[in-house]
Amino acid sequence: MESPFDRNGLFSGLYGFFADLTPESFAWLAYLLAGVVVVFIVINGVMLLTAFETYMERRVLGRFQTRLGPNRVGPFGLLQPFADVFKLLIKEDLRPAMADRLTFFLAPVLMVAAILLVAAVVPFGPNTFLADLNIGVLFIVGIPTIATVAMFLGGWGSGNRFALLGAARAVAMLISYEVPMIVSLAGVLLLAGSMSLVDVVEAQRLPFIVLQPLGFFVFLVAASAEMNRSPFDLMEAESELTAGFHTEFSGIRFGLLQLAEFGELVIISAVLAVIFVSGWQNPFVSPDYAQWLPGQLWFLLKLVFFLLLFTWIRATLPRMRVDQVMAFAWKALFPLAIINTLVTAVLVVAWPEPEYGQLWIMAAINWAVAIACLVLFSRFLERHRERPTASVQLVEIPAEAS
Amino acid sequence: MPYGLGIAKGMMVTLRNLVRKPVTVQYPEQRVAQHHRFRGEDFVWYEERCTGCASCAKYCPQGIIKIVTAPSGEMTQEGEKYKLEVFDIEIARCMFCGLCVEACPYDALHMGSGFERARPRQSDLVITVDELKASAKKPSTWFRPQLQDRGYDPFQPGDDVSWQDAGREKSVAPTYEEMLQRWVQGR
Amino acid sequence: MVNLPSEQITINLGPQHPSTHGVFRLRVTLDGEVITDVEPIFGYLHRGTEKLAEERTYTQIVTLTDRLDYTSSMINNQAYVLAVEKLAGVTVPPRGQYLRVLTAELQRIASHLMGVGFFLQDLGASGTPLMYCFRERERILDLFEMLCGARVTVSYMRPGGVFQEPPPEFWPAVRHLLDTTPDAIAELERLISENEIVLARTKGVGVLTKEKAIDSAVSGPNLRASGVAWDLRKADPYDVYADMDFAVPVGSNGDSYDRFLVRVMEVHQSIRIAEQCYRDMPGGPVRSELPFFFRPPPGDAYAHVEASKGELGFYLVSDGGIAPYRCKIRSPSFINLTVLAEMLIGWKVADLMVIFGSLDVNMGEVDR
Repeated sequence: MESPFDRNGLFSGLYGFFADLTPESFAWLAYLLAGVVVVFIVINGVMLLTAFETYMERRVLGRFQTRLGPNRVGPFGLLQPFADVFKLLIKEDLRPAMADRLTFFLAPVLMVAAILLVAAVVPFGPNTFLADLNIGVLFIVGIPTIATVAMFLGGWGSGNRFALLGAARAVAMLISYEVPMIVSLAGVLLLAGSMSLVDVVEAQRLPFIVLQPLGFFVFLVAASAEMNRSPFDLMEAESELTAGFHTEFSGIRFGLLQLAEFGELVIISAVLAVIFVSGWQNPFVSPDYAQWLPGQLWFLLKLVFFLLLFTWIRATLPRMRVDQVMAFAWKALFPLAIINTLVTAVLVVAWPEPEYGQLWIMAAINWAVAIACLVLFSRFLERHRERPTASVQLVEIPAEAS
Repeated sequence: MPYGLGIAKGMMVTLRNLVRKPVTVQYPEQRVAQHHRFRGEDFVWYEERCTGCASCAKYCPQGIIKIVTAPSGEMTQEGEKYKLEVFDIEIARCMFCGLCVEACPYDALHMGSGFERARPRQSDLVITVDELKASAKKPSTWFRPQLQDRGYDPFQPGDDVSWQDAGREKSVAPTYEEMLQRWVQGR
Repeated sequence: MVNLPSEQITINLGPQHPSTHGVFRLRVTLDGEVITDVEPIFGYLHRGTEKLAEERTYTQIVTLTDRLDYTSSMINNQAYVLAVEKLAGVTVPPRGQYLRVLTAELQRIASHLMGVGFFLQDLGASGTPLMYCFRERERILDLFEMLCGARVTVSYMRPGGVFQEPPPEFWPAVRHLLDTTPDAIAELERLISENEIVLARTKGVGVLTKEKAIDSAVSGPNLRASGVAWDLRKADPYDVYADMDFAVPVGSNGDSYDRFLVRVMEVHQSIRIAEQCYRDMPGGPVRSELPFFFRPPPGDAYAHVEASKGELGFYLVSDGGIAPYRCKIRSPSFINLTVLAEMLIGWKVADLMVIFGSLDVNMGEVDR
């Protein structure tokens, strides 16, 4: 049986390279060097992707709003993120007098660290990842929770009531959304039979978005809540709480918080690409056929697709209220995730080793369940039976004689 | 409307707008067309037409026009002309209502079309008589139908309006198609 | 069950806050997320308009009225000049009246678009509906620039009419605007008015009952959303509104959604009125000439119009001089704001901005 180490082509290649350079007895040094190089590549890759994402989001959001978006720095404004970072670096670092020194300092660092940790298990392509953890899926939903702690530290430590409210919202909401997020992945895990993300990709003869529409929907919604994206961005709701938990942060601390936020977006999009649209494989054909493009490129395309999807959602939807957000998690998403898991479990028991054709039958059943559930739930949660615009009527009033 | 269809409809609207041409422009390089009636700064003033009656100063709601005159002995066609020693417009407090231009009985003072007179100090924001004399003679057509009816446009290249031409006289108006082209489709 | 001690916190929303529509401060006492007490504090934008008016001539005051509700300058101009005309007994030529109604309705569209856009911005839409609203508003401001050289502080009307004949290219531009705006508004409605999140956030939120609205002298779209069919353009027609054919949208619930929808529907009615003005525009002079420094006979006059925010009234007292002895402005935003504190209590912080935004007040007019 091949070890996870053998499957990691990038790492084992580098290890071989350094092992040749170092004497036999210094194998640990080669291992360390290879690790450092891969970590360097992954962290910088994620950072670059995040920088690109901030640029892309601003440009695309601008076009959604029929504006131009940033286009001054460099060709097409491509250097805008670097200009932003430079500006944040040279800005004065303010700390409010009432702030708690330690937590205020710790929050941005912890948040960035938590996000970068997740990048460790994301397979960016065949043989292109840092670690193939056998509990990878658990890792990617567990570690971002540290970011929640960081948000609370930052919000509480700022000594600002807006920040405190934002932090309280963050904790309440993120804990609620962890639950449906994890449960929605149960179906995927049942189908893949493994928690390793590499195994999950390789198990996708059909992309799991086809097999798990309900799971995908729940995960997408829960994930956008998890990374406080619109319409769930209530912990930094600018129209209510100024900026929520990062009201008091300025300079590079603010930059770190933004990096963490957009980094989380990149990571979650990557996870979505890996878990639901078959990672580095061509999603349109079975993995047995030609892949058309290199795996890393497929992965990048899917990543950009999800980033654009999140931008599109942000461009359209207003923000929900805090109690509605919580109600939505517990009354809609959680039951949907449970139903999805149950249905998938039954299907997996029925066809433990499905043929390609049987996969399509499973997909059809899952889609039918998904549509039925969505219709039922929206009926159930619907408060207004009549057309909402019917509440205002045109009235003809005769004009008084002047 | 149940089933999330309202959200779907909204998403389609934003998607359609994604492929639309942006309505904003790259400002210093590109500019939105200004109308020739635009009320802006850099007032255009014709020394030859001005008699120093100070109507503009009286009509100004803010009282920002400061005029000091002295008898000059010169005569214009409509009365005695005073020599202007001071004609300061404190543009920092100007709100571009154009009442001074409306008030001018001799068509000597006209609005300009600029809007970019940013200065670091408020004290720099005074248009003096020398500046008024030297400024480009491209008046706005606000309250100057004689310029507008001639088809004059301060944004078109062409000669400055001389003081003889700035007065009230008739000329030919543009056609409907020209106006549509210039002001509706071209904008 | 442990009873953890908890205490209420007080937060200051404003005077510098991303969504206070100007310089406005709300001192809010919160029990968790729930508002238990609100103290609105205003006056940060006070410029003494009423007092300044006592030292300006009747024509010069027009420029002050632009700056009351700076999103609907035309209507402010109209209210003021109507008061002066009543005071001085001046008649306005029909073309002047039609031009006033046309521009006032265009301004109403622009103002409602801004109100709706900022309301949706307060809901948390990341600027998209606001941009779409502003895109349409800009086209109206382009027309104003054509008319009078300014986009916001128009100073277009004068006692006795409007300041000047519009330039000839104004008419094709109005035609084009009237043809394209309904589609743009329909697009905005598709984007928003049936969006489930908007419905969840606004339906039943911040209900202003009919009785409360009447008792507090609330006017304008806020009053109509509460189910009172009251529109000064119908109840006391001024200029040529008596000849115009239009309907008044009236809500039934008085919640934030109704206030939003009444505004959107009023935009359609305004387009209808503007169409009629365009169609029936008579010829002739636009202004009955008045001297710049004219002296109305001693006396007083009150004129009110249906401004985009509600009943805007000017009460002028003349002592026979070139400036009014007293100029009292009945500004709709100020009076609409008085119901805010009561509407907010019991709602959450997130609803605060929705309710405040749905009232569509303008601080320039509140503080004057």
